[in-house]
Amino acid sequence: MNVLAIPLLIPLFAGALSLALWRSTRWQRVIAVLATASLLVSSIVLLQAVLQDGYVVLHTAQWAAPFGITLVADLLAAIMVVLTGIIAFVIAIYSLAATPAGHEKFGYYPLLHLLLAGVVGSFITGDLFNLFVWFEVMLLASFALLTLGGERAQMEGAIKYVTLNLFSSAIFLMAVGLLYGMVGTLNMADLAQKIAQVEDQGMITVVAMLFLISFGIKAAAFPLFFWLPASYHTPQVAVSALFAGLLTKVGVYALFRVFTLIFVHDVAYTHTILLWIAALTMLTGVLGAAAQFEFRRILSFHIVSQIGYMLLGLALFTPLAIIGGVFYIMHHILVKTALFLVSGISYRLLGSYELRDLGGLYRKKPLLAILFLIPALSLAGIPPLSGFFAKFIVLRAGIEAEAYVVTGIALLVGLLTMYSMIKIWAEVFWKATPEHTHEQKPLTDAVVDRGHWPLYVPIMILGCGTLLIGFYGQPIFVLAEQAAAQLLNPQGYIDAVLGVQP
Amino acid sequence: MMNSNTVILRTAAMYLMPLQLLFSIFLLLRGHDEPGGGFIGGLVAAGAFVLFAFSYGSDALRSLIRLDPRDLLGAGLLFGLASAIPSLLRGEPLLTAQWWTIALPGDAELKLSSPLIFDIGVYLAVVGTILTFVIQLMEAEHE
Repeated sequence: MNVLAIPLLIPLFAGALSLALWRSTRWQRVIAVLATASLLVSSIVLLQAVLQDGYVVLHTAQWAAPFGITLVADLLAAIMVVLTGIIAFVIAIYSLAATPAGHEKFGYYPLLHLLLAGVVGSFITGDLFNLFVWFEVMLLASFALLTLGGERAQMEGAIKYVTLNLFSSAIFLMAVGLLYGMVGTLNMADLAQKIAQVEDQGMITVVAMLFLISFGIKAAAFPLFFWLPASYHTPQVAVSALFAGLLTKVGVYALFRVFTLIFVHDVAYTHTILLWIAALTMLTGVLGAAAQFEFRRILSFHIVSQIGYMLLGLALFTPLAIIGGVFYIMHHILVKTALFLVSGISYRLLGSYELRDLGGLYRKKPLLAILFLIPALSLAGIPPLSGFFAKFIVLRAGIEAEAYVVTGIALLVGLLTMYSMIKIWAEVFWKATPEHTHEQKPLTDAVVDRGHWPLYVPIMILGCGTLLIGFYGQPIFVLAEQAAAQLLNPQGYIDAVLGVQP
Repeated sequence: MMNSNTVILRTAAMYLMPLQLLFSIFLLLRGHDEPGGGFIGGLVAAGAFVLFAFSYGSDALRSLIRLDPRDLLGAGLLFGLASAIPSLLRGEPLLTAQWWTIALPGDAELKLSSPLIFDIGVYLAVVGTILTFVIQLMEAEHE
């Protein structure tokens, strides 16, 4: 089923092509928009195929599983690839107006495509070691994107980012090695089948914890999340938005994959740890955000707290909770990217990300204010936007599972999220433009938005996305329900990859 | 400093470079079932060019290869990816090796394959990457 390979090949080809055309930034821009648009289309085709058949499996080079590298898309993977397509497309449009010229010369577009290839590869691989390889592809590209421009703050952020992520990769590799030593296979479906036969189940739990630490770092979960708020506010805004939307979610996806498919031998132990990690991630993220007064840093801390909700869905491990987790990922990717993109426009208008330098945008740019308000309220969980339903499902699952303390924390975190969003709203849009900013960069009506449509259109697309999920939530809920049903029934995945065995 | 004028190095480079390049192509073509392949071949070829650059200077190297090394890199990546296409066109799973046998005059036959295209791509990409680095470093030193 080569329909699975296309979303992976498109960014790879686009990257190679834009590298070959390194002399012409114009062509690179054209390729970026076309390639991401076709990535989106091909991902939707993939989703349809998965909806039809349940699973799409590709044994590359005709090496049957478990010997070759198998690509597998179940519903969750296909949904993630579609979300990647959406974010890639809007970021490519936004980059047309937002990327500084110097960055384009130093390979912004090839790196963008390489990153996307890494992300898509991580979603559709069916092999743990191959997952490691795609993680590295993604990280390599993200290191370079993070430091494009080479400012001091960027270097400082990049050092923290690189160090912790390399640490995480080392643990990942160690865990893969140990697992291979015990089970003798790295194909995920094969692992799921054979792991119960290992005598030393205690050792399996140790390996599961190693994976938890490694993916937890990538997902920016408590306690090793601090690389994220230290680095995400430093690169140019399109890169921030891309990272915010996609990168941590790859870690979350990996956790969902291994803790529903492979490590389900001792749920009472592993998923209880996950539950507390989720609660603490929510709480520290939101409290960190409350103490910040820089637009992108506030948003970065909120990524951390939102990761907590997704992990909560996984940790409760009931059908409804998994649905909530999947739904939350869908909602979060759209909303968070939109908020970062808004911060980019306000920076362009007033020349700062610091809340004390910003102000008065509601009077001059009412459209921008609305474009901020929709994702911001959605993030805080106000009905009828997507965030409300996402939170509602997770919380209800929490109450049904009688995890009252964690549910209480989740409610409190929702309230504090509202506080942060109100803070940004009051400072950036409501209050008058501060004198010192006004003198440096007067925001008059003469600052026209002509030629700035690439900045606004992406936010509108994402805003429509969150409204759509809110008002037309039933089909999305059914989609999440089907994805969760697949996750909770690993046998389907195993049979799809290895073939039904007698 | 890099543009050293030692006669020994210059003369040696003149004779060694063609041999190294030939050897790199030998490694490239041999690589499918035996030790060798695009990566090693590319390294040997890059070694040959770097030796030339050390003895004659980076400008001489640029005028020798004419192309910008970045073009080699881009072309290499495209070649590598192009090797995935034949299997797609035949409707087989991605990366399935395709073989084309061409009968030559006499009893010989030439076997071409999509892994060979991949290896050529790797070869070009490795040469391109290393030369981009080396030339940039040498020119940064001159400034």
